[in-house]
Amino acid sequence: METAVFLLFAFLAVASAGVVVAHKNPVYATMGLVLTLFSTAVLFVLLGAPFIATLQILVYAGAIVVLFLFVLMLLNITREETPQPGQPVQRWAAILAAAVFSGMAGMLLWRSYGQASQQPLTEQLVSLKGLAGDLFAEYLLPFEIVGLLLLVAVIAATVLARRPDTDELNATSQERKP
Amino acid sequence: MIPISWYLLLSALLFAIGAAGALTRRNGISIFLSIELMLNAANLALVAYSRLWNARTGQLVVLFVLAVAAAEAAVGLALFIAIYRQRRTIDVNRMNLMRW
Repeated sequence: METAVFLLFAFLAVASAGVVVAHKNPVYATMGLVLTLFSTAVLFVLLGAPFIATLQILVYAGAIVVLFLFVLMLLNITREETPQPGQPVQRWAAILAAAVFSGMAGMLLWRSYGQASQQPLTEQLVSLKGLAGDLFAEYLLPFEIVGLLLLVAVIAATVLARRPDTDELNATSQERKP
Repeated sequence: MIPISWYLLLSALLFAIGAAGALTRRNGISIFLSIELMLNAANLALVAYSRLWNARTGQLVVLFVLAVAAAEAAVGLALFIAIYRQRRTIDVNRMNLMRW
């Protein structure tokens, strides 16, 4: 049963990742990303991390993907502009990606070969209380830094995406005149 | 019980797909989506190792990765909006002002 669930969602994740990478229309690619994120959330639950799975769906599929869709609809982009057939870049990229994959696969098989299989799931791993305890005791400083990072990112995004004021535009055009 | 190495293989596969996408796509937002895919694959590996060693640290790192991914998406998309205002395109082949 567990194996069947794993295989189903692993296949779903890989197939929708293929859609993300291969589909011409970025809106469909974004929807493929949602499906990948949901499938990995299911795998997180199988791995005994239900809180991470919830966050994955809330933050990733809920907030970040919506941001992507907003920008896609704002800019109204539905296709690639320069297909450039016959460029060797794609072949090299595919070779590089295959090399990365085989390198990682070989590395992990080498590392995990002969390693005992994991222990049964413990309360200590799954409990949200333990996770929160670690987060606010041992990892308090990184937690605060991440909070600051998010604040800086929000301010930076607002400044970057803001339409320049007419005053500023006049000032820059006057600077350029002489 | 599913061996952890299956999860790690899946994670490597997803990462490779994302890397291929980031290298081949020309649309800025599609490249972004591929980067998110790679981040997601890394998260899967972290949670799998956290399960293998019965340690919560991997899950905590995933929390931080999620926050950084959110910040990165916000700033990156704002950059694309600013670029689109200037040049009317987000095709990375057209953004060659500083190309050698």
